[in-house]
Amino acid sequence: MKRWPFHGGVKLPGHKEESTTRPVEPAPLPKRLILPLSQHIGAPAEPVVAVGDKVLKGEVIAKAGGFVSAPVHASSSGTVTAIGEHPVPHPSGLSAPCITIETDGKDRCLKHKQQTDFRQLDPATIREQIREAGIVGLGGAGFPAFIKLNPGKPVNTLILNGAECEPYITCDDMLMRERAGEVLRGLLIIQHAVQAQRCIIAIEDNKPQAAHAMQHALQRLAADPIDIVTVPACYPAGGEKQLIKIVTGQEVPSGGLPIQIGVVCHNVATAAAVCRAVEHGEPLLSRYVTVTGSAVAEPRNLDVLIGTPVLELLNHCGTDFNNLEEVIMGGPMMGIALADHGVPLVKTGNCLLAVSRGEIEQRPSVMPCIRCGNCADACPVSLLPQQLYWHARSKDFDKIQEYDLFDCIECGCCAYVCPSNIPLVHYYRFAKSEIRSLQEQKRRADIARERHEHRERRLAREKAERAARHARKKPGTDDKAKKAAIQAALERARASKQGAPPDDV
Amino acid sequence: MFKKSLSSPHIHHPGYSTQGMMFRVILALLPAAAAYAWLFGWGVVINILLAVTVALACEAAMLTVRGRPLRPAITDGSAILTALLLVFALPPLAPWWLTTIGVAFAIVVAKHLYGGLGFNPFNPAMIGYVVLLVSFPRELTLWSLPAGLAAHTLDFGATLSYIFSGALPANLSIDALTSATPLDVMRTQLGLGQTTGEIMTAQPVFGFVGGKGWIWINLLLLAGGVWLIYRRLINWHIPVALLGSLFVISLLFYLLDPKQSPSPLFHLFSGAAILGAFFIATDPVTAATSNIGRLWYGAGIGVLIYVIRSWGGFPDGVAFAVLLMNMAAPTIDYYTKPRVFGHGKKDA
Repeated sequence: MKRWPFHGGVKLPGHKEESTTRPVEPAPLPKRLILPLSQHIGAPAEPVVAVGDKVLKGEVIAKAGGFVSAPVHASSSGTVTAIGEHPVPHPSGLSAPCITIETDGKDRCLKHKQQTDFRQLDPATIREQIREAGIVGLGGAGFPAFIKLNPGKPVNTLILNGAECEPYITCDDMLMRERAGEVLRGLLIIQHAVQAQRCIIAIEDNKPQAAHAMQHALQRLAADPIDIVTVPACYPAGGEKQLIKIVTGQEVPSGGLPIQIGVVCHNVATAAAVCRAVEHGEPLLSRYVTVTGSAVAEPRNLDVLIGTPVLELLNHCGTDFNNLEEVIMGGPMMGIALADHGVPLVKTGNCLLAVSRGEIEQRPSVMPCIRCGNCADACPVSLLPQQLYWHARSKDFDKIQEYDLFDCIECGCCAYVCPSNIPLVHYYRFAKSEIRSLQEQKRRADIARERHEHRERRLAREKAERAARHARKKPGTDDKAKKAAIQAALERARASKQGAPPDDV
Repeated sequence: MFKKSLSSPHIHHPGYSTQGMMFRVILALLPAAAAYAWLFGWGVVINILLAVTVALACEAAMLTVRGRPLRPAITDGSAILTALLLVFALPPLAPWWLTTIGVAFAIVVAKHLYGGLGFNPFNPAMIGYVVLLVSFPRELTLWSLPAGLAAHTLDFGATLSYIFSGALPANLSIDALTSATPLDVMRTQLGLGQTTGEIMTAQPVFGFVGGKGWIWINLLLLAGGVWLIYRRLINWHIPVALLGSLFVISLLFYLLDPKQSPSPLFHLFSGAAILGAFFIATDPVTAATSNIGRLWYGAGIGVLIYVIRSWGGFPDGVAFAVLLMNMAAPTIDYYTKPRVFGHGKKDA
């Protein structure tokens, strides 16, 4: 099959073999599970349990807080001990609302409904099941999966993303090796739901075993319009828009969604979760997580219950805390450095990368940009990163948008190759958030202005109406009516003086 | 590999640093510098040492005045590179004050008064050279003869003494040691009504394509430049566009009138075309940045070199051509923005 290259990208040392030598095993059941209400893009989930409630594994503990939202399930049985702020994996290091469950160690499960063959189900039912299962994009974005299953347009190509282009991360690789059938059946379910004409499973060429396992499963299933495509390992080949370009040659329009060009793209782990939800009625309770890095004695992949504290996973794999510099959730290119090891593993957490002290490079300070253009050569979106940097530094937010700041996918290629060691992506994030907050301010100012103008108009109108009333009344103030009114008042006063009880007052 | 960072990415390419880039460019220049010294004597070595010393002293002084940390900027190699490039443009027997003024002007005015590394709109070495060319034209034309042509050569002590005091050994005059550069000779003789063929055979400074000896320096510069492209320290666009356009335009005039127009190879291998193409025009700070922009930028320099050499007031035009295109670089960048992913073709 033909493949189309994308501009730029960088070749990165993979560091994948470290964590693929040991088979995947379930992580031990933690004493406490911390389940953030917002593990997805969209509105946070709303708790439906109270402190003290006993919950079973698979029970809904927070319902979707809107259309673009996802419910949260208890990933093991136990007692709800707290509903409130707890540190979560977020770049800011801030806390967010979480439900804490003290596990009872029994892992008692809610009885799942027995499912029928998905081919008998109509797409709407499948979407509903996926929505109820709380499945979000497990590749990292965390967009509620059911929404992408309701494209509202004919789907030409369904792409399953098994590229996993970031260094160190191997959870999708291991998932494809060990649960190829599940991934494939999930793909077929999604295909059925979106009525896709053809399916492509894209795997980077540094995962031959995964590709082989998928091929093997495919032969057993004998499903027709599915192609397994190996793509050259080049970061960020696993970026959604980049991968679509590689396998279809088409570019998703700027600011648009893949469905605009008839493409839907899902991660392989999402497909496996879809399979379990539809075949067994099982919500998203666990995921494969890579625990790796030089500070970890036994790097490996674990099957982890959502909400397990990161610290327990690090401990389980033998992390040398004395020598630990930082823990990154996600990969080294786009992951977030955790400020607190007590944070829970969330639905989108694919990797824990524990970096030892010796691995941190002692580099000279940031040097001035010498306009070498390495960044522009590496940018997969063909932006001019040094111009963006320049305008971000001078806070020229109009100019920076002319240079298409919002097309930046924050992949980090530019900063990776910058000889001056400038934290370029940091500048872009700064500019984006400044622009968003300015836009928000402007929106609010517009609303306030509108309100003000509205009020002014209302006051003017009322004034005019009063004046009109006044003007109407003036000539019509005939004495008869006035006198009659005075007369009536006098009579009422008289009547009350005569001793009638003022019961009607 | 990993670095302390506020936000992603948390890793950095281990081979990329400003310092590493500068020193590799210097490394690529060294074989040609050695050949230059071999052919033209101790003066080149003394000039290099003097220029580098002055450059580092000026850099340190300016950093101190501007209140900037000394270490990262002094060790980045950029001042050394500027000094080295300027020495290639200076006569091997240039008096000490000439070298000092050129280097000091390059570092103090052309670099630091504009904001230091990365902020200078013009190539500092070329500014330094042009200041000397405009102020002291006579000193810049006194070029020593290459080995094999010179009847007399100066030893280290005599060279040092000449550069710093202007005193020559008793039996020598400066005219016996120097002559005009090949490009200068070609220009003067063409002005006297000679044809290129006559000039090339009659004048001893010419070898088989250009100036005698220069061919070796230029071939080593070419090798260094190709190595830089191979190591991805520079892109091929500027050198290829520069040399390509110079070749095409000189070929055009050569075919029209071979008697009055030197051959394309003469243009490529005499004077500073190769040095300019690989080491000066490719200075990223002052060049265009997109690949299409780099092609326009390089081609512009190539054409301007030919125009200045053929019809301008100076024998070689590399410095002026580079400075003129430095001015045009921001405009070129503006009009050659690459098409961003997901944007329509017309958007480019």
